[in-house]
Amino acid sequence: MAAESPTAAGTRVDGRRDGFWLLVLWIVLSVIGCLLVALVLGPHLPPGDQSSSAASQQTDFTVLGTIATPVVLGVLLYIGWALTFWRQKPGDETDAAPIHGSTRISAIWIVSTSVIVLALAVYGTIELITPAGAGAGQGPQPIWKPAGTTTSSLTSWTPGSSNILQVQVIGQQWAWTYRYPQFGGFETTQLMLPVGEPVQFNVTSLDVIHSFWAYTLGVKADANPGLNNVAYTTPEHTGYFQVRCSELCGIWHGSMYDTGEVLSVPAFLKWTQTTKVQLAAVTKILPPYALTYDPTNIPAGKINTALGLTSAGGGYYNPADPEQP
Amino acid sequence: MAIETQPESAQAPGGDDPGGTPRVRNFWLRPGIHTAVIGAVIGYLLGHWLGDFIAGGYQQSAASDDNDFAIVLGFSFLIVGWLIGLGVFDDLMRQMLGRPIRSWDDHSANVGFGRYFRYTLDHKVVGLQYLVGMLIYFFTGGLLAIAIRTELLSPTYHVMSPTTYLEVVGEHGTMMMMMMTSVILGPFGNYLVPIMIGSKRVAFPRLEALSFWLTPCAFLILLSSFLLGGFPTGWTGYAPLSIQAGEGMDSYAVAFGLMGISIILAGFNIVVTIICYRAPGMRWSRLPMFVWAMLTTGFLLVLAAPVLVGGMYMIVTDRTAQTAFFIDQLGGSSYLYEDLFWFFGHPEVYILALPGFGIVCELLPVFTRKPLFGYKIAAAGLFGVAILSFFVWQHHLFDSGMDPDMRPLFMLTTELISIPTGLIFLVALGTFWQAKLRLTVPMLFAIAFFFNFLFGGISGVFLSDVPADTTAHGSFFVMAHFHYTIMGGLIFAFFGGIYYWLPKVMGFTMNERLGKIHFWTMFIAFNSTFMPLFAVGLLGQPRRVWEYAANLQTLNDWVSISAFCLGGSMCIFIFNFVMSTVIWRKRAPQNPWNARGLEWQIPSPPPVDNFAQIPVVLAGPYEYGDPDALPVADLYPPAGVIAGALVRTGTEG
Repeated sequence: MAAESPTAAGTRVDGRRDGFWLLVLWIVLSVIGCLLVALVLGPHLPPGDQSSSAASQQTDFTVLGTIATPVVLGVLLYIGWALTFWRQKPGDETDAAPIHGSTRISAIWIVSTSVIVLALAVYGTIELITPAGAGAGQGPQPIWKPAGTTTSSLTSWTPGSSNILQVQVIGQQWAWTYRYPQFGGFETTQLMLPVGEPVQFNVTSLDVIHSFWAYTLGVKADANPGLNNVAYTTPEHTGYFQVRCSELCGIWHGSMYDTGEVLSVPAFLKWTQTTKVQLAAVTKILPPYALTYDPTNIPAGKINTALGLTSAGGGYYNPADPEQP
Repeated sequence: MAIETQPESAQAPGGDDPGGTPRVRNFWLRPGIHTAVIGAVIGYLLGHWLGDFIAGGYQQSAASDDNDFAIVLGFSFLIVGWLIGLGVFDDLMRQMLGRPIRSWDDHSANVGFGRYFRYTLDHKVVGLQYLVGMLIYFFTGGLLAIAIRTELLSPTYHVMSPTTYLEVVGEHGTMMMMMMTSVILGPFGNYLVPIMIGSKRVAFPRLEALSFWLTPCAFLILLSSFLLGGFPTGWTGYAPLSIQAGEGMDSYAVAFGLMGISIILAGFNIVVTIICYRAPGMRWSRLPMFVWAMLTTGFLLVLAAPVLVGGMYMIVTDRTAQTAFFIDQLGGSSYLYEDLFWFFGHPEVYILALPGFGIVCELLPVFTRKPLFGYKIAAAGLFGVAILSFFVWQHHLFDSGMDPDMRPLFMLTTELISIPTGLIFLVALGTFWQAKLRLTVPMLFAIAFFFNFLFGGISGVFLSDVPADTTAHGSFFVMAHFHYTIMGGLIFAFFGGIYYWLPKVMGFTMNERLGKIHFWTMFIAFNSTFMPLFAVGLLGQPRRVWEYAANLQTLNDWVSISAFCLGGSMCIFIFNFVMSTVIWRKRAPQNPWNARGLEWQIPSPPPVDNFAQIPVVLAGPYEYGDPDALPVADLYPPAGVIAGALVRTGTEG
């Protein structure tokens, strides 16, 4: 794009054909660069392929990287060429030839950038819609759901059915807990998922804004107090994955991380049964499962006072009794 | 349009009164920074006392350790006391008492070194005040960045507590974002725009001086947060964390809001100056690209910053007066704050980028010895970016859970911004074509601007794409992206501008060898610092964390050591700057770069009145290599020419 000459021939007094050689070099470098990015770098790009949304993001990174490569190489090559060949000779005080612009070059540039940009927007939209929102939080009313799933039952789940697995992610300063409504509504600090089954994360918060980032699952959804934020993915390989908070939430934000695991379906069912029994006594005193919880039930203000905390200490503005601003 | 013929602006109605000029007092009794400090201290004590008095009746304040009333009222009275002490309201009082007031061109009270510490109406003094002020804020923010990188040397061993770490992160971010809004418009815009358009003055000298003198106040209030326990929210100040936080948060809200007011005034002054104070013959098609950039930036400041001021005001009232703008349980919404903040925040990103475009577009023709390739395309690019910047803010909220329907639209608008940005690259690359490059220090910075901004811009396309953003959002990838555009773009252009215009502004040449050492160390250390952070982010490290995964330590250590080198590079600049302007004082020729810009046609440093008489502009500023081009302006037009030129430009509108 950048390599065309504003003057018709593109030749100079010294006979070097800048436009021609720039174009040739650019094409050669771009082909090599694109192949390297698409075939060598692409399969190793984060966030990997542990889930459907991660895999689609990896494809997306690869496609964007491949398109960006010729642009970056073109500009760098051009600047490098200018620095090498278009320097003023020592002792030369004259100006260069006055070129005020070129309608043809400008038109080519504008059309090509517009085409690339519009194509990227169309591609991005497709990549957003087809993998059910690409793992991003879609708010309380998600519009892109995994194909063939329903939310027919919030109280039971069987593997392979169209009823989607619900996992509630609750953020609070500064830990994640997870609730499984379809297994009696127990709340645990371990995030376990079955492989090959679509999952619906219902992300909410009890105090401030957090962001649930299951890194290699390619899921990110802000946890907002009093709001439900839904994200979908389908784990495709068993193994561990990192969970981090990616929205600044107070002093221990940096320590708000966790490790989840994708299990085989029988192992997952076994884990739910043992955990359900283990936590039965706790589950009884928990508030009933809901999409959001009223944080004012949490007596953090009094805990703060007891601990002598004055800064962000996990408290929350209490509407009924505003003792903790 | 007329400069000489028009009566003094409404701001100085008594300037020509026969009643005499204002009395010049003794040095120490004249208002200046020392009286301002006294006023600020008195104001704070008064406000704090009043706040305690009022809040005594509130159970909420009595039951907690925090008394946000007293702090906020203290800050408010501090600002007023500071301004009274500076003498900002002197002319107002004189006018109310029927006494003569100071005229914009009466500099008799402002001579000598002391004028840099006073509230003056000379745009060149304000420009230099801004330059030194911005450098001080920049280096303070830089020291905080060094502290952050020191903490991140190890994933588990800590040199700071998490509270201190977040204080430092928040102060670094807020301080940098506050200074970046003015870093080019403040010094270069205020100093050079009137000269570049052939005017003796700016439109609103009092607003201009006020816009500067609010900044020291804003920065001191921001720094006072350290004494009040800091604020844990970073520069974004998301509610409800900001409502929950302690007293340090008040510093953030008041300081950022105050800076918002400062940039509204600065932008307003620049826009009106450019529209109304151009010399005869300075048509829109002859305006230097830097002035175009200042015009678009000024528009963005005036239109976007009020939203910031409103948002900060709401935070303050949420924290003190028990309003509930951002509290979901009481009918407010934390989304409201995110929307307000980014509705300001994204235009702000272009408030930072456009001046950089302006400076490099100004430097390229001079050092390629060619006209700008596609002058109108460059101006269209600036306007395109400025207009589109108001339609993209939701891309900061792709994962927030706001209505997903809007995502394809905001993905499209965000990506559309690459078209006008691409136009700037087209102009730059076209100007390079078969040029005669002079690799002076300013030119090196300009070329590095394009190198860095290329990576900043391309990574921005990744972030605009919702699926890719799901991984990149909130990670170090974002951090690397905006440091590439702001530091790699704006700050490189800023340093290029300093090396380019300092000979004109101060009359001294910076040492070129040290300048080149500064450039190369800064360029290499900058890229070595921020390039790996793209990888760090994609490998799963969120922003503003205090602990990170152990496998990322090698990359983080590399980044930290590079950041220390970057700090060292800044020391070379400070040494060069101080030595060149204070010790060596090597006199610069009037036009060392052999440039055509109007500012280079007058002596260095410019005389108090800029021009002996208003020049008549004859040609555009970039006509290099054209043997038939007229000189850029007639500095001593014969009588009668101005009247004719006025008629002509007047009809052009």
